[in-house]
Amino acid sequence: MPKEYTSISRISGPLVFVENVENVKYGELVEVKLSSGEIRQGQVLEAYEGAALIQMFTSTQDLSLQGMRVKFLGHVLEINLSPAILGRTFDGLGRPRDGGPSIIPEKKRDINGSPINPYSRAYPSEFIQTGISAIDGMNTLVRGQKLPIFSGAGLPHATLAAQIARQARLLNEEEKFAVVFGALGITFEEANFFIEEFRKTGALERSVLFINLADDPVIERIATPRFVLSCAEYLAFDLDMHVLVIISDMTNYAEALREISAARKEIPGRRGYPGYLYTDLATLYERAGRIKGRKGSITLIPILTMPEDDRTHPIPDLTGYITEGQIFLSRELHRKGIYPPIDVLQSLSRLMRGGIGEGRTRKDHGDLSNQLYAGYSRGVEARELAVVLGESALTEEDILFLRFAQEFEEKFIKQGEYENRSIFETLDLGWKLLRMLPKSSLKRIRPEYLEEFWGRE
Amino acid sequence: MKGKIIRVAGPLVIAKGLTNVKMYEMVRVGNLELFGEIIGLDKDTAAIQVYEETQGIGPGEPVYPLGEPLSVELGPGIIGQIYDGIQRPLTQLAIKTGDFLSRGLSLPALDREKKWDFEARVKKGEYVEGGDILGVVPETSALEHRILLPPNLKGKILDIKSGSFTVEETIGILEDEKGNRVELKLMHKWPVRYQRPVKEKRPPVIPLITGQRVLDTFFPLVKGGTACVPGPFGSGKTIIQHQLAKWADTEVVVYIGCGERGNEMTEVLIEFPELKDPRTGKPLMERTVLIANTSNMPVAAREASVFTGITIAEYFRDMGYHVSLMADSTSRWAEAMREISGRLGEMPGEEGYPAYLASRIASFYERAGLVYCLGRDKRIGSISIIGAVSPPGGDLSDPVVQATLRVTKVFWGLDARLAFARHFPAVDWLISYSLYVEPVSEYWRENISEDLYELRQISMAILQREAELQDIVRLVGMEALSPHDRLILEVARSIREDFLHQNALHEVDTYTSPKKQYLMLRNIINFYRKASKALDSGVDLEAILKLPEREKISQMKYIPEKDIHKLEELIYLIDRKLEELREGIKQYA
Ligand SMILES: Nc1ncnc2c1ncn2[C@@H]1O[C@H](COP(=O)(O)OP(=O)(O)OP(=O)(O)O)[C@@H](O)[C@H]1O
Ligand SMILES: [Mg+2]
Repeated sequence: MPKEYTSISRISGPLVFVENVENVKYGELVEVKLSSGEIRQGQVLEAYEGAALIQMFTSTQDLSLQGMRVKFLGHVLEINLSPAILGRTFDGLGRPRDGGPSIIPEKKRDINGSPINPYSRAYPSEFIQTGISAIDGMNTLVRGQKLPIFSGAGLPHATLAAQIARQARLLNEEEKFAVVFGALGITFEEANFFIEEFRKTGALERSVLFINLADDPVIERIATPRFVLSCAEYLAFDLDMHVLVIISDMTNYAEALREISAARKEIPGRRGYPGYLYTDLATLYERAGRIKGRKGSITLIPILTMPEDDRTHPIPDLTGYITEGQIFLSRELHRKGIYPPIDVLQSLSRLMRGGIGEGRTRKDHGDLSNQLYAGYSRGVEARELAVVLGESALTEEDILFLRFAQEFEEKFIKQGEYENRSIFETLDLGWKLLRMLPKSSLKRIRPEYLEEFWGRE
Repeated sequence: MKGKIIRVAGPLVIAKGLTNVKMYEMVRVGNLELFGEIIGLDKDTAAIQVYEETQGIGPGEPVYPLGEPLSVELGPGIIGQIYDGIQRPLTQLAIKTGDFLSRGLSLPALDREKKWDFEARVKKGEYVEGGDILGVVPETSALEHRILLPPNLKGKILDIKSGSFTVEETIGILEDEKGNRVELKLMHKWPVRYQRPVKEKRPPVIPLITGQRVLDTFFPLVKGGTACVPGPFGSGKTIIQHQLAKWADTEVVVYIGCGERGNEMTEVLIEFPELKDPRTGKPLMERTVLIANTSNMPVAAREASVFTGITIAEYFRDMGYHVSLMADSTSRWAEAMREISGRLGEMPGEEGYPAYLASRIASFYERAGLVYCLGRDKRIGSISIIGAVSPPGGDLSDPVVQATLRVTKVFWGLDARLAFARHFPAVDWLISYSLYVEPVSEYWRENISEDLYELRQISMAILQREAELQDIVRLVGMEALSPHDRLILEVARSIREDFLHQNALHEVDTYTSPKKQYLMLRNIINFYRKASKALDSGVDLEAILKLPEREKISQMKYIPEKDIHKLEELIYLIDRKLEELREGIKQYA
């Protein structure tokens, strides 16, 4: 039986300082029992001889210096795992939220996980067809990749993420994904949108949901993504499943981290975020991947909203430094009524090249996407110039590129929320658009491919 | 001697009762015996940075001093390995403990069982000094591992034998100056925070050939030089580092993945054994050592990884090899320092980095250089360091960038706009520089061509002029430009697209020999010169630009090395075509 202590000497923000304690371990789980009988959890943030600094996972409201009982549990925060976890909904601290029973654990795991040995990783290279041209054609997603969506307030990232979850599959294989979804401080409506989506498509039985809503305790969000990823690791590496993880919104996570850092009076880094934000985010994002000799995989799509649409803000910036590319949503395209408003020029999939080409998608895929990118980029540039100087200042060829950029947005990027294009449809569509341009200007495509695909309708 | 933990805060542990420990001494911490290092001493307490996750460790648990500083094991068996930041072999760890890293494990960095064929190169009775080659071990087909007398020893060889030995077996006996008998082995240890001594530093002047055109011809690095590669995320730092690790003409490559992605290390592990060194034809892995302390691995070991890497590099340099070291990314290294320093409660400098940031960075880059190695035979060895820097938002005023620029001689500044335009390598030619251009141009003159330096200078001038002209075009449109200025724009575009732009993923384009680089640039500039002349004689610019032969210029990069004579021929073809245009004008008149 762990000893109980009553000697709380300080409470500040989410932090509680307890004195006269024995044998405290760094990181260990703590329960604080209020006089009402309510139990709240926290973890040891600093362990001293005879004292401990505790970071609460729930609010410190109603806590006081007297009448509290603090218990150190001798282990870190753990998640209970068994196959019965599929189809269930939990709160941000892993407690059932769907009225169902607690999970009887077959396994218990530390929610912090352990780093994958870099030597044990398998390089992600299996093409995932999302049915979305701007992704499949231009920023291909592969199994085991971490590819965030950089969004902004009011942009349709939830619709896009749901469409990906609904349509994602491997070419030539009917295997389905398990989905683990983490809601971090998003609204009830948005969370509900996802839940309904999963229900409608029958994905709910293959899903696990961890929900921390906007009005749930902010600091609980520190733990939520760790529950999500521990659950994903179990499904992927114990149960051999291909797991798609969607976490929304990482901006709320980073803000919770900032709150704790401020309460600890740490030296703030840029915009008040702690200096270790990079490392902290990396310990989450790097849990995605594949492992040699194991069947399952974790593909991670974190969603974050960029404050003021600024991609140099620390949250998107540090995320981009860790993830393997990004899908960038543009307010301008959204205003033009283009869904999905993916800004192809600012998006990138770093693992694309291993996932495409002969035997994976089609041999012309790489060149074609380079050419579409170059053409679109030139067209956008021409469009900007035309705004300043008028179309008459453009050369004939530039005008063609401008028209091409227009069509590319209208036909290639734009598609229906329920429109599921095969990769071959996407590639053929790309070729069709290229035919608006002079053949001689298509320098990014190998002459052999140009011959083979140019005339093909 | 055993100490006791009194505080645990993340990677920082404070202990008391550790009498007689020294700064940077290694300790094992807690019941799990995690590895740590003393980084501060204050009366009876010691601050320890712990190289492993400290979760579950608490006050009251023991701390055991190990009596020696953090050291690396140096000897046959390093090449081809992948180590973590404190030289634990990740391959062995995976076999022993599975796919996820567990704690408190100590595994020797060098295989203790494996036998190596040692061939002695000194004789009984010979007097030797530190750095002398005792003999050699053919470690890989690409590398002869030279067994050196450790730097601090000197004396007479009493016994030495060729044969098959493990790294711990005795290969000979030395009688040192005091008359002590010292057993000689294939391996020795060296503390990572101490620079290995050399006989003499030399000014570096021989270019480090990377096969990357924008680097070799525009902003060259030298063997023994230092380069700083800053850029925002996605601008191509890692690809440049990988390209250098693949193609740089050094005999040994040490690649440090410092706080970056796990998959990037996997990529090297998969790719390198398949790729062949263009000079030796041997698999690249046979000259490469990897240090992987990825972003999700403990930060204190990340701090150490850079020192582990450079010490290994020094060891191979001491053998008389040219070594290149890539550190991706030094920003993550600096952040590790910041985190530990913050927890120690040290007075922060800029952006929360410790006040000693700049001096740490400087002392790291100081370990690069071209040297006369220790030993009697005046061997030459070198270490070149290429450090990636990842400043927040790509902002070059970042303290890590600034501190690095103060001590490095080459600056390859990567630009976000170039990366968006998929112009790779996204080295911004307007801000980048190399302080080695002058010495390297001597080498060019003797080994490549008289006029390469001049071609480079002209090209740079054209690119500068392009930037000015583009400002004008943006304001008033193309019409305002003279035909000559428009020619400059076209040539600048050609320099950018046909020369500077280089696709790392294309089988031919990925590497360009210096000779081919020269021919490519010569053809572009020759076109410019002849086209200017033609313009002067009244030829219409459109006619020049429409020449179908220009297509051949844009295809130059895809011509395999074995066919570079085609580039020699191209110059005559272009000359002839432009001459024809001029003739046409004359006949008309
Ligand atoms: N020389 C090149 N040739 C072709 N593609 C390149 C080249 N350099 C970079 N790229 C493209 O840019 C992407 C990003 O490059 P890289 O991973 O090297 O960026 P980085 O600067 O290291 O980013 P981070 O700071 O996030 O690690 C690559 O995945 C590749 O698609
Ligand atoms: Mg990188």
